Amino acid sequence: MAVLSYLIPISLLLGGVGLVAFLYTVRSNQYDDPEGDARRILNTDWDDRPKP
Amino acid sequence: MTAAMRPSISACPACVAAPGAQALAEQALHKDAQIALSLPTIHCSACISTVEKTLTAVPGVKSARVNLTLRRATVEADPAIMPDQLVKVLEGVGYEAHELDAGTLSVTQNDRAGRDLLMRMAVAGFAMMNVMLLSVAVWSGATDATRDLFHWISAAIALPTLAFSGVPFYKSAWAALWARRLNMDVPIVLALALALVTSLWETALSGHHAYFDATVALVFFLLTGRYLDHRTRAIARSAAQELSALEVPRAIALRDGAEVQLPVAELRIGDMILVRPGGRMPVDGVIADGRSEIDRSLLTGETLPVFAEPGRAVSAGEVNLTGPLTIRATAVGRDTSLHRMADLVAIAESGRSRYTSLADSAAKLYAPGVHILSALSFLGWYLYSWDVRTALNIAAAVLIITCPCALGLAVPAVTTAASGRLFRKGMLIKDATALERLAQVDTVVFDKTGTLTAGTPELTNLAAHDKGEAAIALALAEMSSHPLAVSLANAARAAGITPAEVADLTEVPGYGTQGTWQGQRVRLGRAAWTGATPGAETAAWLAIGEQAPRAFTFTDRLRPGAANAVQHLMRQGKRVILISGDTEPVVAALATRLGIAEWQADALPADKAARIAELQAEGHHVLMVGDGLNDTAALTAADVSISPASALDAARVASDIVLLGSDLEPIGDALTTAQSAIRRIKENFRIATWYNIIAVPVAVIGLATPLVAALAMSISSITVSLNALRLK
Repeated sequence: MAVLSYLIPISLLLGGVGLVAFLYTVRSNQYDDPEGDARRILNTDWDDRPKP
Repeated sequence: MTAAMRPSISACPACVAAPGAQALAEQALHKDAQIALSLPTIHCSACISTVEKTLTAVPGVKSARVNLTLRRATVEADPAIMPDQLVKVLEGVGYEAHELDAGTLSVTQNDRAGRDLLMRMAVAGFAMMNVMLLSVAVWSGATDATRDLFHWISAAIALPTLAFSGVPFYKSAWAALWARRLNMDVPIVLALALALVTSLWETALSGHHAYFDATVALVFFLLTGRYLDHRTRAIARSAAQELSALEVPRAIALRDGAEVQLPVAELRIGDMILVRPGGRMPVDGVIADGRSEIDRSLLTGETLPVFAEPGRAVSAGEVNLTGPLTIRATAVGRDTSLHRMADLVAIAESGRSRYTSLADSAAKLYAPGVHILSALSFLGWYLYSWDVRTALNIAAAVLIITCPCALGLAVPAVTTAASGRLFRKGMLIKDATALERLAQVDTVVFDKTGTLTAGTPELTNLAAHDKGEAAIALALAEMSSHPLAVSLANAARAAGITPAEVADLTEVPGYGTQGTWQGQRVRLGRAAWTGATPGAETAAWLAIGEQAPRAFTFTDRLRPGAANAVQHLMRQGKRVILISGDTEPVVAALATRLGIAEWQADALPADKAARIAELQAEGHHVLMVGDGLNDTAALTAADVSISPASALDAARVASDIVLLGSDLEPIGDALTTAQSAIRRIKENFRIATWYNIIAVPVAVIGLATPLVAALAMSISSITVSLNALRLK
């Protein structure tokens, strides 16, 4: 059962990382245009070089 | 496209917008202006790149970004760039566009409430996953110290989560209790509190069952429903607000011989006010100087411009078309006819019966039922076992199992799906219960001008004139921004006619344009001015020298999709009625053209509202489609109402649904979508009820373990969501 003493903190930590990542995406407006982003990924503009 | 639909107003939108825009530009000197445009017709990735490329190609535009979800583009540009310029450019590449008010936009863009809900939902979701992991370990056989440890860790996650994520429910439940009412949130909060207390108690006594996972899952599912609900309404609300940018905030008054720009609120009776062509009358008044024509269609529904000369009374809201006018204000502010119309709306509004939504009526049945059931099981078990711990445990289990996860998702999941579908077709649902009311509609009342017709005249007899005449008419017509002239010019250009060489072109405001062609005087304009006798039809007359004047006749152009929408509605067995403020022959002609059997002409605003009240008294559910100020009372009186985006502010505010595009066709679909949405909502209620019928007895007899509760809750929530997605 000693394995629990580090597995539980690790699982909680991973969950926390996921939560923080999600909160970051919310704060940086990444859910403002889900429909448009889904289409933009198929767009060939700027495929060869990054948008200036 | 709003621009194109009402050329009278938009012939010079810059004139309307200029005072405000200039002031804005001065304030934000050296700062890029943000322009927001609504693009109701974009739908694909090609649209995105075309729109963005077209916009960035305009000199002065720094960047342009399309938001496909909101059907909107945000443009960063020099302050010198006018939004209507961009609208024209986009119309050139085939996309309908409207200007949005950037000021109101920025308020709604930071949707604090929505973001707050999303954060709380995310925290609940992540906590739920972690607690579930620990609970799975318990369900699969962890015992003694391990089980207690897992329960304690779960408690350590669940307590702060509930404290943070549950806030919306606590607030709403408290507000309801404060007002001595019961809402859906009261049983929710009670269930959460009871489950937490019993679970902590059980854990402290090293018991087998703890409901931490169920409480967190409950909060998560309910927040999901609430977030969906909020988002649907927030999108609708923000877009509806954005559309309101047409009103004149300022007027040009002549004071001590100088032109001063004043806020409309500061105008006084007796002020002399200058109204430029394309401008809207800010107040009621009498024309003191100038000749022109005025467009009264938004106030009265008349299609044809009216001749204006000194001494004629004008009302606020009318649009000056051809020449500058000076008017003496006779009524300002609240006394203007515009405001009296708005008061009519307020009266109708107070009479509108409050519609109770399906969800509210379900909650009314549900909340007391749950409390009674839970109290009874507590009492029963206490009397049976004389053990508070067991009785409390079972009461908590009953509350948790019956908790309205499915019920809380049933309505928002369906309305989100339905309003998303309608939004993609170009309809904006402003009111949460509009879908439910729309589903009951059996009678549809249409307004004519601006609703079924585009308010734009269309030339009918170009072929009857020879090339030479048409060329002269085109040369003369291109001088004027009068709607008939614009329409004539467009039709002639489209037919490949090039303008004849006419010299000395001048516009005589209120009459027409004249010039000299091969030494002869040529005139295009009113019948009397050109020496013709006016006929029944709308016409512009062309007089060449001393020859008999020739008539160019016009008819009011149908709005795209109008015929289809009417047919679609009739096929669905709806009763379609046309009520207009316009004259009888025009209304009759349109009714025959569209195949509408019932029509009424010369209707005053009050008549329209009265007719709708009459229909409602006969037991009909009425949908009103209209755009003018003269329709607002009727829009409010009807069970549910739709107005096009080109409608006047007051009309849009009064209606439940706004058509974003110029096409009327989606109206027919909206009714079918609403009906199937209501069917889905009712199915969802049925699913939730069946689930309770099966689960409640299990809980009451004390067989509901946390595992059963978790399974039941998830399954019912997922079924309900999937059923909502089935919406076709």
